[in-house]
Amino acid sequence: MLLIECPHCGPRAEIEFRCGGEAHIARPADPSALDDNAWAEFLFYRSSPKGVHAERWNHAHGCQRWFNALRDTMSDRILATYPAGAARPNITTIEAAR
Amino acid sequence: MLENRSIMRREGILDQVAMPAEPSSVALRTLPPEARFVLRLGAGDATRNGSIAGLSLALPINRFGADASRLATRLGPDEWLLIGPDADAETMHADAARALAGTHHALVDISHRNVGMELSGRAAAVILNAGCPLDLGDRQFPPGSATRTLLGKAEVVLFRLADVPDRLGVAVPHYRIECWRSFARYVHGYLAGAAAEYAAVRN
Repeated sequence: MLLIECPHCGPRAEIEFRCGGEAHIARPADPSALDDNAWAEFLFYRSSPKGVHAERWNHAHGCQRWFNALRDTMSDRILATYPAGAARPNITTIEAAR
Repeated sequence: MLENRSIMRREGILDQVAMPAEPSSVALRTLPPEARFVLRLGAGDATRNGSIAGLSLALPINRFGADASRLATRLGPDEWLLIGPDADAETMHADAARALAGTHHALVDISHRNVGMELSGRAAAVILNAGCPLDLGDRQFPPGSATRTLLGKAEVVLFRLADVPDRLGVAVPHYRIECWRSFARYVHGYLAGAAAEYAAVRN
């Protein structure tokens, strides 16, 4: 069982959570000023790193709040969790999270 | 007074469910209809208001506070579940609405949506853990804890009430389980099945 540390509830089982895709994607302030490529970039293009990835997670069967998590896509380890709106912690490797 | 919500009498969805022969290690019982409200309110506003309808909102997340008949639990940073006797529904709603007048909030009556049951006994935690992934140990989930979680495939709110003495006078854990009305038979059957299985393994 994978435990995920909810910023509000503490460590909880993975089945209580839903993943909401990549984090820190800011909606363009003035969408009408973008060309189609830039808009498509915002809507559909996501990074898929082999390693540390910032993701949005929702504690759907707990406090129901959204938060962000840094997950290693190779080991599936959650390296850090932090509240939505907070800056991404400077963790780029598993070693840095220890 | 057709608008009076009290006229809409509720029938318990579990009234017709056959209760299994009770294993000695655990007691499962359904609760009568009760008044329940979900309150969404900014954490800062909650601190300013202090208490609503006689219930303190100043609680850590995933803890509840209770007096003789009412109970308030904080399920998230800005969400509370208030429970009281069925007969108090109107007064609780009126009290809360008066206390929160002028404050940005949402107060929703979910009395009809939820069903409550209680599980107590020395094996209660083991039986809940048949379908619930929470760590129910005394350190992680002591009396006074309450949280939304899963039981099997159903979402429930689980409360750890004060321990109660069993037939031998030994203090045993006592839980309250709140689930949606449409999940009630599933949840009840799940717990009854887990209890029967536990009894079969032990005997």
